[in-house]
Amino acid sequence: MSTMEGYNFAYLDEATKRMIRRAILKAVAIPGHQIPFGAREMPLPYGWGTGGIQVTASILGPQDTLKVIDQGSDDTTNAISIRRFFRRVAGVATTEHTAEASIIQTRHRIPERPLREDQIIVYQVPQPEPLFRLEPRRAETKRLHALADYGLMHVRLYEDIARLGHIAKAYDYPVMVNGRYLMSPSPIPAFDNPKMDRMPALQLFGAGREKRIYAIPPYTEVRSLDFEDHPFRPIRAPHACALCRSTDTYLDEVITDDAGGRIFVCSDTDFCAERQAAAAPKEAAE
Amino acid sequence: MTALTAGFADPVLDAQATFRAVLEAMSRPGRVQRAGAGLRPPGPLNAAAAAVLLSLADADTPLWLDAGAEAEAWLRFHCGAPVVAAAGAAAFVLATRAAPALASLAQGSEEEPQQGATLVLQVAGLEEGAGWRLTGPGIAHEHRLRVAGAPPGFVAAWAANRAAFPCGVDVVLCAGEHLAALPRTVAIAEG
Ligand SMILES: [Zn+2]
Repeated sequence: MSTMEGYNFAYLDEATKRMIRRAILKAVAIPGHQIPFGAREMPLPYGWGTGGIQVTASILGPQDTLKVIDQGSDDTTNAISIRRFFRRVAGVATTEHTAEASIIQTRHRIPERPLREDQIIVYQVPQPEPLFRLEPRRAETKRLHALADYGLMHVRLYEDIARLGHIAKAYDYPVMVNGRYLMSPSPIPAFDNPKMDRMPALQLFGAGREKRIYAIPPYTEVRSLDFEDHPFRPIRAPHACALCRSTDTYLDEVITDDAGGRIFVCSDTDFCAERQAAAAPKEAAE
Repeated sequence: MTALTAGFADPVLDAQATFRAVLEAMSRPGRVQRAGAGLRPPGPLNAAAAAVLLSLADADTPLWLDAGAEAEAWLRFHCGAPVVAAAGAAAFVLATRAAPALASLAQGSEEEPQQGATLVLQVAGLEEGAGWRLTGPGIAHEHRLRVAGAPPGFVAAWAANRAAFPCGVDVVLCAGEHLAALPRTVAIAEG
């Protein structure tokens, strides 16, 4: 196998993998509940997705094909580094195509292409505790989760509505998992939240610095918090993608010149490229 | 005592493959997975249960078992898990005969429900498409699972286990080289 000399398969030692695997299994059995684990130092700094990397390293096998995205893109330094890391330490195949991947590690997006039963998505999580900004004491948030007492979060969201007329959270918009646990979806845009609901793929979440793992099993109800008179609305920029003309994908604003010119393009580069490729022959024939 | 049979032929990759089978089983309750092909553990330990413990149990996970001295020696050697006398103190409980009551196993607490035990329960057979009707997280509509040789009263005991959510016990059913899982969230109705 073409793995890096002197390292165990997928970098982590077997005892660490077992510990993380046990945490993952309990996370699946208790959807949305954060499980502490003994995170290891990784050869990449925090903020580079060390939690996601440890989860990926613990589930990955030689049969897998790995895709890594950062804000929807396969081409950022972060995504390229993580992909290269796993090619080196596990010898696994990598891909930029969502449809070809068996494991997708992501920072801040869910691919536009619906995920399948034979795929696993691993989210990199900087702050796993949805109540962190409202209650910084860890012992207290544990107690609130035990009691399913999420009044603090409802009050926080309702204050937004009272002040601004809408809920101001565009990212990391809190969700209820299987009607029991309040969960941070990681800093994905709220636009992506509905994709989590009853997703056929298994969803795993790894927070390296905070040393927490949590999960959403397939086909599990994930509901964005809202109010009867202010239902949750996934937001996107009201434009068509400048490259593929999609009107239902999440868009990034891109500055095109020093004069303040700007365009909107799909944040999911693979999805956008596939749409452009599919449209190209048709347009050529026209 | 006879010499111990071998553990995993490839400890790293076989553990990974077994873990993925258990993960898939736990994520999709009632779907039957394969594990332990090629393992020859001492009886009454079956191949799937042996593989599950080889891949997940170690010095950090107290183990309770009713499988006799030979299987105990085999698991001690290959996993290094400390064997405990009280099932309620174990992280992994291996039942090959009359299973201990679910309620007698570690349940976890409201704050630490992940401390609930994993029961590795050997049964005579597992078959998809008939038998119990399973619903809950991991299941789009309904999965059917026929379990040959489930302990008497299991379905009623399971309902009590599920009602204690988030506390409770998770079960990995093992038959030969097959396994299926029952996370504490799953609802079981008799077929
Ligand atoms: Zn596009």
